[in-house]
Amino acid sequence: MTQCNLEQAPKLTRKDFISDQDVRWCPGCGDYAILAGIQRVMPELGIPREKIVFVSGIGCSSRFPYYMNTYGFHSIHGRAPAIATGIKLTRPDLMIWVITGDGDGLSIGGNHLIHTMRRNVDLKILLFNNRIYGLTKGQTSPTSVHGMKTKSTPFGALDRPFNPLSVAIGSAATFVARSIDIDSPHLQYVLRRAADHKGTAFVELYQNCNVFNDGTWESVTDKDVRSDRLLVLEHGKPLVFGKERKKGIRMRPDMSPEVVEIDGDTSGLLIHDETRTDEGYHFMLSRLSGPDFPQPVGVLRAVREPTYDELMTEQGRTVSQQQGKGNLEKLLHAGETWMVS
Amino acid sequence: MSNIKNTQSAPGDRQRPTSELETVVIRFAGDSGDGMQLTGTEFTKSVALEGSDLATFPDYPAEIRAPAGTLAGVSAYQVHFSSQEVFTPGDQPDVLVVMNPAALRINLPDLPRGGIIIANVGSFTQPNIEKAGYTANPLEDGSLSGYQVFAIDISKQVALALEGMGLTAKEVGRCKNFYALGLMFWLYNHPMEREEKSIRAKFQKNPKIAEANITAFRAGYYYGETAELFPSRFVVPPAVIAPGTYRHITGNEATAIGLITAAQLASLPLFCGSYPITPASDILHTLAMYPHYDVITFQAEDEIAAVAATIGAAYAGALGVTTTSGPGMALKSEAIGLAVMAELPLVIVNVQRGGPSTGLPTKTEQADLFQAVFGRNGECPVVVIAPATPGDCFWMAIEAARIAIRHMCPVICLSDGYLANGAEPWKLPEVASLQKIPVTFRTDPQGFYPYLREPKTLARPWVVPGTPGMEHRIGGLEKEDVIGNVSYEANNHEKMVRIRAEKIARIVHEIPNATVYGDPSGDLLIVGWGSTYGAITQAVKSLRRRGYRVSALHLRYLNPMSANVGQILANFRHVLVAEMNLGQLLMMLRAQFLVDAVGFHKIQGRPFKISEIVTKVEEILGAREQAELCTHAEVG
Repeated sequence: MTQCNLEQAPKLTRKDFISDQDVRWCPGCGDYAILAGIQRVMPELGIPREKIVFVSGIGCSSRFPYYMNTYGFHSIHGRAPAIATGIKLTRPDLMIWVITGDGDGLSIGGNHLIHTMRRNVDLKILLFNNRIYGLTKGQTSPTSVHGMKTKSTPFGALDRPFNPLSVAIGSAATFVARSIDIDSPHLQYVLRRAADHKGTAFVELYQNCNVFNDGTWESVTDKDVRSDRLLVLEHGKPLVFGKERKKGIRMRPDMSPEVVEIDGDTSGLLIHDETRTDEGYHFMLSRLSGPDFPQPVGVLRAVREPTYDELMTEQGRTVSQQQGKGNLEKLLHAGETWMVS
Repeated sequence: MSNIKNTQSAPGDRQRPTSELETVVIRFAGDSGDGMQLTGTEFTKSVALEGSDLATFPDYPAEIRAPAGTLAGVSAYQVHFSSQEVFTPGDQPDVLVVMNPAALRINLPDLPRGGIIIANVGSFTQPNIEKAGYTANPLEDGSLSGYQVFAIDISKQVALALEGMGLTAKEVGRCKNFYALGLMFWLYNHPMEREEKSIRAKFQKNPKIAEANITAFRAGYYYGETAELFPSRFVVPPAVIAPGTYRHITGNEATAIGLITAAQLASLPLFCGSYPITPASDILHTLAMYPHYDVITFQAEDEIAAVAATIGAAYAGALGVTTTSGPGMALKSEAIGLAVMAELPLVIVNVQRGGPSTGLPTKTEQADLFQAVFGRNGECPVVVIAPATPGDCFWMAIEAARIAIRHMCPVICLSDGYLANGAEPWKLPEVASLQKIPVTFRTDPQGFYPYLREPKTLARPWVVPGTPGMEHRIGGLEKEDVIGNVSYEANNHEKMVRIRAEKIARIVHEIPNATVYGDPSGDLLIVGWGSTYGAITQAVKSLRRRGYRVSALHLRYLNPMSANVGQILANFRHVLVAEMNLGQLLMMLRAQFLVDAVGFHKIQGRPFKISEIVTKVEEILGAREQAELCTHAEVG
C-alpha cells in the first residue's frame, strides 16, 4: 500500500475537496450547508485526500460521496456502516466517513448502525436527520414526530420516533454529538471533534428538507428561539442556556433533571463532562427535549476506548508472535497426516 | 459385507480367523448425546491410517440436544472404506452399531437383510423402547431374525470397567462410545496404541476422562477378543492410492484452507465476513484459527452486514470472502448485485442445505442453483462453480478466488451439506506446484477511469483507496461506460448490461473443457454437478462393467459452462440429469443446448444412493430397448 509523506504533501484547500460532479440536491436543501462545512474542515485535518473514504447508503444524503474529491463508495440502503467496517478492518490507515440519513441509518440500517457503535469501529458517522424520507418523496421516517401526516401516514403516524442520540449512547458509542446544518461554525467544530476522535464518532445533524418537511427543526433552530430551545454543551462548563443565560439544569434528588432560573450563580448546576465512562449522564442529556427542556447540541460524549480495528490488529500480532507467521506448507500439513508410498 | 476374498488366521490372533474384505460400510448411530460423531471420526481416522480409501457421511439432527432416547435425537455417522477407490459413503451399512432403540428404529430400514447389528442392550429399557415407538423389545420379539444381532450390554460393561475410577454416573455414561469404538477396532483389526494416543491428546485437559475413555476403549476391544461373539475378524487391505502425503479433510475444512491458500497465492490479506449458519459455520471457525496467515474473520451482526463488510474489504484491497448457506444467501442477494455493479472481486461460498426458508438446516440439497445463477434483481450475471468432492472444495475455493480477481466479479461457489461434513483422505498438493494468482492494483493516474476495461477480460481496474491521484467514486447506480460517473442515459445502460454479461460469458475461454467419464458417446449420459459426483461416477462404473454404454459428465463450472458441454450432450442418445432438486440444472441445459434431457430428482435431504441411479438408468435403457424391439417387430 502507498505510504504518504505528510511533510511533502502540499497544503490542501477547500477547493481540493470539491469533485467535478454537479451537486444535484434540491435548491435550498440543508445538505449544501453540511457539504460546505465538511469541505471546509477537511483541509484542516492534514490528511491527504487519498487517505479519506466517504461511504454512504441510499437517500438524498447518501449522494454525498459523489461531491467529495476523495475516495467514495455510494452503496446500498442502510449498509454503509457494514461496508465501512470492512474497509477499516482491511485498511486501518484510512479515515472513513459514513454519510447516512434518518431512514437509511435508523430504519433499514438500524442493525448495522448499533453494532458498529457497540464494536467501536474507528468510523465517523454523520446522520443527516430531516425526519422525513426525501428521496422516496415524503413518507415518515423513524424520527418523524408521532402523529405526523405524510403520504404513507395520511391519518397520522402511529410510530413513536427514535432519538438518534439515545440510540447511539444506548449502543455504547464512544463519541456522540449533535449539530445543525445552518450553524456553520458549530457544525465545523463538531466535525473537527468527530475527526479527532479515535473510535466510532456518531454525529446527528439537524437538516432541513425544504421540499417534504420544510421547517421541521424551526421550532428549535430559528434565530429567535434558538437560545432558549438549544443547550450548547461545553466540556467542563455548567449546563446554562437562555438569551440572557439565566437558565440552568440541575438534578433533583430523585435523579431527574430540572430547569432552574439562575442569576449568575451556577453552583449546583450540572457540569458537562464528555468523558464520563458510564452512559447514564449522557443518556439523560440525550433525552432532553421540548417543551420543558432545551435540546442539547455539541459533544455529549467523548471517551477513549480501544477500537475494534486496534484490538483486531493486536490480536493478530499476538497470535503471530505465539505461532509464528503462517506459511502454506504448515497450513496444508496441519493435523494428522500420513504417507502413502 | 461384500466380496470376502479369503479366510486365514492373522498372526497374533490364534483364536479367530481373519477374513479379508474389499469393502465395508459401518454406521454408528445413537442419541445425540452419545458421541457418535466422535466415534465415527475416530474410527475414520484409523481407517485412513490403515491405508483404505474412504468416504464418510455424518447425519445429525438440527436440534442441539433433542430429548434423550427420542427418534428426533438420533445422530449417525457412516463410514465406507475399501481397498478399491471409494466414491461415496456407501448406499447401505454392512454393520449398524446402535446405542439405543431409537437409533435402531431410525436406521434399520437402511440395513440389508443379513446385515450385522451391534446393539447396546443396556439402553433397551422399557421407557427407551416406548420412546422409540416400539411396543416390544425388538431385540427379543424376533423381529430382527433376518439379521445377525449382537446384543451387548455396553452400559453395564462400561460401568464395570470404570468402577473405582471416581467418576460420576454421567461421566461413566459418556464413555460408552469409546467402548463401541474399541469393539470395532478389534473387529477390523486396527492397532490400539495409536488410538489411545489420540484419546490422550484429545482429552489432554482432563486426564481423568482421557483414562476413562481409554479404559472403555480397551474394554470394548478385549470384549471382542474374549467374548467369542463374532465368528471372525475382518481386515480390509490397503487401497492402491497415489503416493504422497495425505490428511483427512472435510469439505468445509478444504474450503477454508483453499481460501487461505488462494489469498497467499495472491499475496493479499483474506477477509471473511460471515454470519453463523449451518452447515457453513465450520468454514468461519476454521478461518478464525489463522489470524497469523493474514486472515481477518469478521462475525457480522447479520448476513447482509457480512457480505457488505466483505465488499468493503474487497474495495480496500483484500481477497473478500463471505460464507453462508441458502437462507443467508437470499439475504445477501442485494449486496451481490452491488458487487456486480461496482465490479469488485468477491467470493461467496454457499453451503447448500434443504430449503426453502429454514428448511432442513442439517440436511443436504442442491436447490440453490437458480438462486446462484439468477437470484438477484436486474441483469446480474455472476460466475457459479461447484466442487465435486470434499477435497475438491480446496481447489474450487482457489478457482473462485482466481476468477474473481482476474475478472473483477463475484463468484459463487456452491458446496452443500454433504460435501461440507463429509470427509475423505486428501492428498496434499506440493506448495511449489500451486500457481500464483497475479494481482494488479492500478496505481498510475495517467489516463485513468474507473470503468476502463482490460480488452481481453473486460475487467475494470482495481484501485484501492490510499492510492494518490486516483480518487474516484463508485457505487450501485448505473455508471457511464469507461468514465464511471452516474448515468441514466438509456443506451448507456443497455451497453453496460451487455458488457457485464459479456464479461462473465468470456470466462468460458479460460476454464477447462468438461471431461466425460466413460466413452465420449453412447446410449446415455448422466449429467451431474456438486456432491452427486461420487454416486453418479460409481453408478456409471458399475453399469459399464455390466456392458451398458453409459457415461457421466460432471459440471464443476455452471455459469458459464465449459465450452464443450453442448457437443458432449449431443453425442448421447439419452441425457439424464441427476440432481438433488426438481430439475434446475436440467432446465438450464435444456434452455442453453435445446437438448431433450430428462431429470432424476431426489429431495430427501439425503444424497443419492448408487443403486438409485443404477435403477434409473436401467429403467430408461431397458424401456428403450423394449420399445425398439416392438418397433422392429411391427416393421418385420
